[in-house]
Amino acid sequence: MQYLKQFGLILLFSFLGELLHALIPLPVPGSIYGLLLLFLALCLGIVRLQQLQETAKFLLQVLPVLFVPAGVGLLESWGELKPLLLPAILLISVSTVLVMGISGRVTQRLLRRKKKTEGEAKK
Amino acid sequence: MKELLHDSLFFGIFISLFAYEAGVFCKRKWKLAIFHPLLIAIVFVIAVLLAFGIDYETYLTGARHLSFLLTPATVSLAVLLYEKLQPLKKNWKAIFAGIFAGALTNAVCVLVCAVLFGFTHEQYVTMLPKSITTAIGMALSKEMGGVSSITVGAIVITGVLGNMFAEEILRLFRITEPEAKGIGMGTAAHAMGTAKAMELGETEGAASGLSIAVSGVFTVVIALIFSKFY
Repeated sequence: MQYLKQFGLILLFSFLGELLHALIPLPVPGSIYGLLLLFLALCLGIVRLQQLQETAKFLLQVLPVLFVPAGVGLLESWGELKPLLLPAILLISVSTVLVMGISGRVTQRLLRRKKKTEGEAKK
Repeated sequence: MKELLHDSLFFGIFISLFAYEAGVFCKRKWKLAIFHPLLIAIVFVIAVLLAFGIDYETYLTGARHLSFLLTPATVSLAVLLYEKLQPLKKNWKAIFAGIFAGALTNAVCVLVCAVLFGFTHEQYVTMLPKSITTAIGMALSKEMGGVSSITVGAIVITGVLGNMFAEEILRLFRITEPEAKGIGMGTAAHAMGTAKAMELGETEGAASGLSIAVSGVFTVVIALIFSKFY
């Protein structure tokens, strides 16, 4: 029974996401609205973690398998991929290094600044 | 036989799950980032289809039903976000600023590359979501008019590279704080980066897991603006 209720709750937020997607004229996927609404509901205590935890964990576990059909679709979009292959590999290599380095550096700098001011406040 | 496969609801789903399990098995056995279960699963299914002369449409008869679970599973990322945020709450400013900087860097890189190589708009929006989790990236690419199967490929390759070279990149940028390491790995290489972060420690893993959801949401907003630039 608990799984039925939990899945129902997740489907409700999926539907609310679809609803917002239809109402708001932006190219934002409905699943993102659903994600944000559920997060908000958890923060405000409208929904408690125990009410959907097991089913959410199950869905997160099967999530990667759901991309297999799309990936196999490369079979069909090979023609579109071919001219993109070299620039895409270059782009991916360079940007992965930069994204990891820059996001890490920014977080590190702000963390250290915070520790420093906290340390001074204690003195 | 062909007709049976063509009408089968379960052939496509079964072969997808089986291929993914095979990928998980390879990963466990050889522990190399290149044995990414999703990558193996995609190559495996393509190989089976080609070997037996089954076309993509036939495979999709069953496999397309898997996409029914996509939205509920993506919505479930909210649980991950909520859980991971709790222990990191006190440093939220540093963490969110770092993830935002990373998501912005990704968009700028794609824009520069698009200008350099003369991408079409379709190719540009296909590549924009390449650093984020597949759940959000694939939907975003489709929504903006990109080729979602290429986006999935780009996301998987990004994850594999990020996982393989995370330690070298972090050393290069002299990133030593556990939170900052996790943020870097999760923002650049989503779940694959997080798998690596979890090996390094609990704080790294939690920070990285948080970045999967946060960088996905930030990238949606940034991509909305950046899709107008090219």
